[in-house]
Amino acid sequence: MDIDLITNVLYAMVRTGTPLLIVALGELVCERSGVLNLGQEGMMLMGAVVGFIVTLTTGSLLLGFILAIVAGMLMSMLFAAIALGLNANQVATGLALTIFGTGLSAFIGAAYVGTPITGLEPIAIPYLSEIPLIGKMLFAQDLVVYLSFGLFGLVFWFFKSSRLGLTVKAVGENPHAANSLGLPVMRTRYLAVAFGGGMAGLAGGYLSLAYTPLWAENMTAGRGWIALALVVFATWRADRIIFGAYLFGLASILNLVVQGLGYPVSPNLLAMMPYAATVLVLVMISSNVMKSKMYTPMWLGKPFHPHT
Amino acid sequence: MNRQVSATLSGQLRLQLKGITKQYPGCLANDQVDLEIAAGEIHALLGENGAGKSTLMKMIYGVTKPDAGEIIWQGSRVEIKDPSMARKMGIGMVFQHFSLFETLTVTENIALALGDEAGDLQLLAKKISTVSKQYGMELNPDRHIHSLSVGERQRVEIVRCLVQDIKLLILDEPTSVLTPQEVETLFVTLRQLATDGCSILFISHKLKEVQALCHNATILRGGKVTGDCVPAEAGATKMAQLMVGVDTPISSNYPKATGTEVFLAVQDLTNSSEDPFGTSLKKVNFSVRRGEILGIAGVAGNGQEELLAALSGEHLLDSSDPVKFAGLGVGLLDPRKRRELGLGFVPEERLGRGAVPEMSLVENTLLTGFLQGLLNFGFINQPKTEQFSQRIIDDYKVKTPNNRTAAQSLSGGNLQKFIIGREILQNPQLLVAAHPTWGVDIGAATAIHKALIELRDKGAAILVVSEDIDELFLISDRLCAICDGEISPAKATLETSIEEVGRWMTGVFEPTESAVSEQLDAALNTRSIN
Repeated sequence: MDIDLITNVLYAMVRTGTPLLIVALGELVCERSGVLNLGQEGMMLMGAVVGFIVTLTTGSLLLGFILAIVAGMLMSMLFAAIALGLNANQVATGLALTIFGTGLSAFIGAAYVGTPITGLEPIAIPYLSEIPLIGKMLFAQDLVVYLSFGLFGLVFWFFKSSRLGLTVKAVGENPHAANSLGLPVMRTRYLAVAFGGGMAGLAGGYLSLAYTPLWAENMTAGRGWIALALVVFATWRADRIIFGAYLFGLASILNLVVQGLGYPVSPNLLAMMPYAATVLVLVMISSNVMKSKMYTPMWLGKPFHPHT
Repeated sequence: MNRQVSATLSGQLRLQLKGITKQYPGCLANDQVDLEIAAGEIHALLGENGAGKSTLMKMIYGVTKPDAGEIIWQGSRVEIKDPSMARKMGIGMVFQHFSLFETLTVTENIALALGDEAGDLQLLAKKISTVSKQYGMELNPDRHIHSLSVGERQRVEIVRCLVQDIKLLILDEPTSVLTPQEVETLFVTLRQLATDGCSILFISHKLKEVQALCHNATILRGGKVTGDCVPAEAGATKMAQLMVGVDTPISSNYPKATGTEVFLAVQDLTNSSEDPFGTSLKKVNFSVRRGEILGIAGVAGNGQEELLAALSGEHLLDSSDPVKFAGLGVGLLDPRKRRELGLGFVPEERLGRGAVPEMSLVENTLLTGFLQGLLNFGFINQPKTEQFSQRIIDDYKVKTPNNRTAAQSLSGGNLQKFIIGREILQNPQLLVAAHPTWGVDIGAATAIHKALIELRDKGAAILVVSEDIDELFLISDRLCAICDGEISPAKATLETSIEEVGRWMTGVFEPTESAVSEQLDAALNTRSIN
């Protein structure tokens, strides 16, 4: 492999990993507050379709992204109203949200399938993007990729040293104890769910506005699900999530490269690679029970009733 | 009323409750309760479980509100809306079940409770160090909670109250999780706090401790105040009668037994724990004879869970020999097979392992009673199961509306009576009971102790693992202690003392012969160097 190919593989790796990174960071915050939202796929698809339609009609990418985030948040608030407000089973509610989002997005987007738009263009930062190998990967991306770097830093810092992050962790570990200390358990959870929804919407918007600027039914192709697995196998740590997301990106690209080189391997088998590789590697690094326990939100998925 | 309060602050009332009444559906939890605590006073609130102690303190701490009555704080009438308001007023509370977050550090836990006042975490960490040293409860602010012992966790809860400006500290059964030595240290701290002017409300059902620590006591029964007294002057019997009523018998002494042949033999049981926070067992040796009760003392987390799992069969061993029932190696047998060989088991957690919380008492009877002919070819014999559960309820005076009640709606003491009864009525040859009276009121504890003694006298071998050292002295015929996965040699209860068992609990016990010679060598070496 020559340098150019490697440079391009690294560049594509980050691009492909970005939507996964964004949605997984959102789900991380949500899960650490103790709420398991399995509706990622549905929220992403709604973000993708809303973002696409808005940009197509108004011509504004910014507006498209903003409304993609809003769509994701609205979907997550629907989840929150049922799972937190009415204390319904979180797993069932999340699954229903995915099914609902998949169907609704297909219905809304039916008329727009195959319509092309001009997607988000990369912005190369002068000089920095000229660095061999990693220059293109880090400094010749589009704005959302740069934003995802920032989001990663933000979430990492949030759990490491912010007071609100501490509250989220406390609420996810033991909401009853948190409540007895006077921490706003329900408000924290609503906010965490909303953040997760917004991130899923943004990731969906990225897919339909930047990654492949078009709308296709079910275009997320299971990324919402792999993000859920990613959060668990990354043992709820942001640093492992970014690693897993780019690993997924790398495996996806290598699959294309291998296909391009013409090896006689079934394309179906290759298409499976990114999913299998990501899960496998993360299972291996998360096998240290002691360390994983440190980050696991113990109240994950269990409803909480603040009784009076 | 005879008040005995630190001289400097006497007379100044810090908290006054007048006619506090709280009605819950179907139960009058507090009925016209009056209580007065002066500044710098250590005041005991005595009562059995269900006497209304928790309800009363919840109202003082702002968790619930009284239906009637007045709370007067430092002379003026107040309405305490929520715990954060109580904290701002200077009321701190140490819960029986700690409200700590395992995955966070000491500093982070305390910062969460302080809210916006926490400020910079590094400054807070320094303050925690200072305050904890000042009161003789040293703590490392950077440790994660899961790595702390139960005693240390309690310190975190206390220090959490102390870093604020505290005027009244409420402690709910604080000594139930501590070794005798730790209890002494806690009392020193509390006395020092009281001298500094902090009032302390000490909730307990242990009369000895109340007598050793408290200036005054208010005794509750059935939601009503049944008396006030000065514990140091009033006799233990009088206080106990006020707590449980005159008609409840109180156990004081049981005859000791020596037992006959060995039933349970544990030989060189070594077992590494799978739980990252667990304790591995190291060459554990002991035996229990038919017709005796062996007590194992120890602070929680020293290998009790691992030992119990190895005995009950929840954790299978690598070979059958380390655990023997009447000479038969059972190390590879599952819990059911061990039960068939005569094992009865009362686990530590009542809800979740001793009983299924959501299921009725009838269904819970079946949980371990299935060997008592309650099954017909795999189908449940409903009438027989009902009968058996009713027998447990009647024989062990389990207070419950009926046998269809869910296990989780019974009080701790009643559920424990039910579980113990269920095991004993199966006539076990070996009963292993973990913390049989933990959080159980005196009346129920006495009933449980009597049942155990009766079972012993019928010739069963009984092993009791408990953190309550007084209980072990009361019912055990022989005693030993567990510390860090090792077991001390056992001694007849009458030949040992609380101090000696306390030392065993901290790992100081007579070493085996080889270890003695090693120590001797080491001592000689040091001498020659000097």
